[in-house]
Amino acid sequence: MLVIKDLYAKVEEKDILKGINLTVNAGEVHVIMGPNGSGKSTLANVLAGNTNFEVTHGTATFNGKDLLEMSADVRAKEGLFLGFQYPVEIPGVSMVNFLKTAVNEHRKYRDQPPLSASDFLKLMREKKTLVQIDSQLTNRSVNEGFSGGEKKKNEIFQMAMLEPSLAILDETDSGLDIDALRIVSNGVNLLKTPNNATILVTHYQRLLDYIIPDFVHVLYQGRIVKSAGKELALELEEKGYDWIKKELGE
Amino acid sequence: MAEVIDKITAVQRISDIYEANLSKISSGLPDYVNNSRRSALAAFRRMGIPGFKNENYKYTDLTRLFDNENFRRAFKTDEFDVDLKDVFSCDVPEFDTHLILVVNGWYDEKNNPNASHPEGIIIKSFQKAVVENRDLVEKYYGKIAKAEADPLTALNTAFAQDGLFIYIPDNTHISKPLQLINILRSEDDLYVTQRNLIIAGKNSQAKIMFCDHTLLPQNFIVNNITEFEIEEDAVIDIYSIQNQHNKTANLIGLYIRQQQNSHLVTNAVSLHGGIIRNNLNVLLDGEHAEAKICGLALSDKNQHVDNYTFIEHAKPNCQSDQLYKNILDDSSTGGFTGRIHVAPHAVKTQAYQRNNNVLLTNAAKMNTKPQLVIDNDDVKCSHGATVGRINEEALFYLQSRGINEKEARLMLMFAFAHEVLAEIKVDKLRDVIDKLVNKRLRGEVSKCHSCALDCIR
Ligand SMILES: Nc1ncnc2c1ncn2[C@@H]1O[C@H](COP(=O)(O)OP(=O)(O)OP(=O)(O)O)[C@@H](O)[C@H]1O
Ligand SMILES: [Mg+2]
Repeated sequence: MLVIKDLYAKVEEKDILKGINLTVNAGEVHVIMGPNGSGKSTLANVLAGNTNFEVTHGTATFNGKDLLEMSADVRAKEGLFLGFQYPVEIPGVSMVNFLKTAVNEHRKYRDQPPLSASDFLKLMREKKTLVQIDSQLTNRSVNEGFSGGEKKKNEIFQMAMLEPSLAILDETDSGLDIDALRIVSNGVNLLKTPNNATILVTHYQRLLDYIIPDFVHVLYQGRIVKSAGKELALELEEKGYDWIKKELGE
Repeated sequence: MAEVIDKITAVQRISDIYEANLSKISSGLPDYVNNSRRSALAAFRRMGIPGFKNENYKYTDLTRLFDNENFRRAFKTDEFDVDLKDVFSCDVPEFDTHLILVVNGWYDEKNNPNASHPEGIIIKSFQKAVVENRDLVEKYYGKIAKAEADPLTALNTAFAQDGLFIYIPDNTHISKPLQLINILRSEDDLYVTQRNLIIAGKNSQAKIMFCDHTLLPQNFIVNNITEFEIEEDAVIDIYSIQNQHNKTANLIGLYIRQQQNSHLVTNAVSLHGGIIRNNLNVLLDGEHAEAKICGLALSDKNQHVDNYTFIEHAKPNCQSDQLYKNILDDSSTGGFTGRIHVAPHAVKTQAYQRNNNVLLTNAAKMNTKPQLVIDNDDVKCSHGATVGRINEEALFYLQSRGINEKEARLMLMFAFAHEVLAEIKVDKLRDVIDKLVNKRLRGEVSKCHSCALDCIR
């Protein structure tokens, strides 16, 4: 589904990603961990098409197509979703209008007619129940005045609405209380099918009590320096990152 | 043999036009109107053409415009051979208004059948009103808009002949909006002087809409002054939609005096025009008067939109709240000056002001300045101004959900603009203006939906 080869990227003349290799297949859940500032969000943003980051080398293909050639909106319509670490507030753009536009842009891309107003509201109700998001939130402007946790839930809600084939969730678990964490994880699990895949960026093993990953990767200084099964997360929780740095000869 | 002749100044040329046509200008008008002309002209000569040297016109220099004009003056009503019903149709059937048509500054007798106006209201030409309703007009004419204080007001007072007169009697509530359509239509370049007087009686309620249009592609200069008296407990909404072509200079002066407990909303939506200058003067002259003052301007190419407001808190316990926004594209320019004066005895004043602007290009320019003069300590005042760009982070967020860049930009611009439009409390009108603004932002011809007049060329 996603094949990343030797990917380098920089921001404002600073090299951040320094040779990323990663393959994600349908049905898999990957976890990316790593110390602050190692480049996790950068990778997520580069994949989602944020033009603030410049890819200087390497390739990324998504379902056989050259991902790096596509604009951000086309990537989304091809089925890629980024759950932001810091979702932005957009005053004046209502949640309903935003989602309706997004959903119908996806449909247009697939040559489907736009949803009727009532079908759209039905879809929204259904997905709201799934992620148990407060009804009031969807009557407001996008993320405006949402609490940290509400913003994260809203990301999952949008994911549910758009049904991506590959979701990259950047620290969606941070800032969630225990109940919210369970709800969000449930949402991810419920949306999981053999045809889609998830990349979870997280700092905490506790998320993995709810979501069972197939692979855990450690991103350090712009490279994936270690990959293993879910047991790696436990080991990191226990020992931190020093032993990995040592292994790398630092 | 070459003779050197001093280039005659615009002020002198205008004075000459005045002298040469004084009998035409004064014809049919009573002394109390004509007697103020000469002192107004003297005031104009003293102040000169508005330009950078005049502190109040720092952002809009009209000297070039006036130096280069040699436009025809409409000293009498132009024969307008079109039936209003043929050119005007409303495709928003629910949006029903009382239509009033003014052509080149002249009230259009043929197209304004008096019978259709709501009961008790007087709507007629200024020319007629000064004679037929002398008791009403004389009390206010030249009292709210003072010629000595502003060159454009002086110029207007010297040349004033016609325009619109509206009187809303005490306790009269008009539910249907009054829609005044100002049309410019001339085969040659035209200079228009228009003078309006509107009186809203005690405890009256009305919504008044001004629509400024151009019908033919000639050069136009409009010098339009409106005096507006709002008496005790009256509730008045004034909406203006400015939609004219790029060869128009629309110079608008709106002078409002509010009495006790009156409530005012103004919202000026500048969609299109060459030079637009809105002078808005609100005198809060009775306790507990409130004014909500808004403006939205969208500009591109070389357009220029300048909003100048002067809110005078003359009595205690009044409130004014201003919100102005501009979106500037290409090499368009804009200005906002928000002058607030709180008089020494005007305690418990609340005066707020905000001006937010978005520049879409590096070439677009916006000048903004608050001017607060507060002469007592017992007030709540705030002001804030920003000039920024489209939020790139928000743009990426929208794009990452599948919305293409163009649409995402539009959503953000529209969201920015909508805060001003949200202040329009007539739902149907707001919907119409929302659509117009949306079309304008999309770069589609912004001809009013509800108007068959083909304004944009
Ligand atoms: N726009 C930017 N300008 C300059 N530096 C940036 C920018 N964005 C990211 N960086 C830098 O790139 C490096 C990687 O940042 P990134 O956000 O990818 O880290 P992260 O692994 O997601 O960290 P965290 O766990 O704290 O979220 C950091 O040193 C950061 O300061
Ligand atoms: Mg991060």
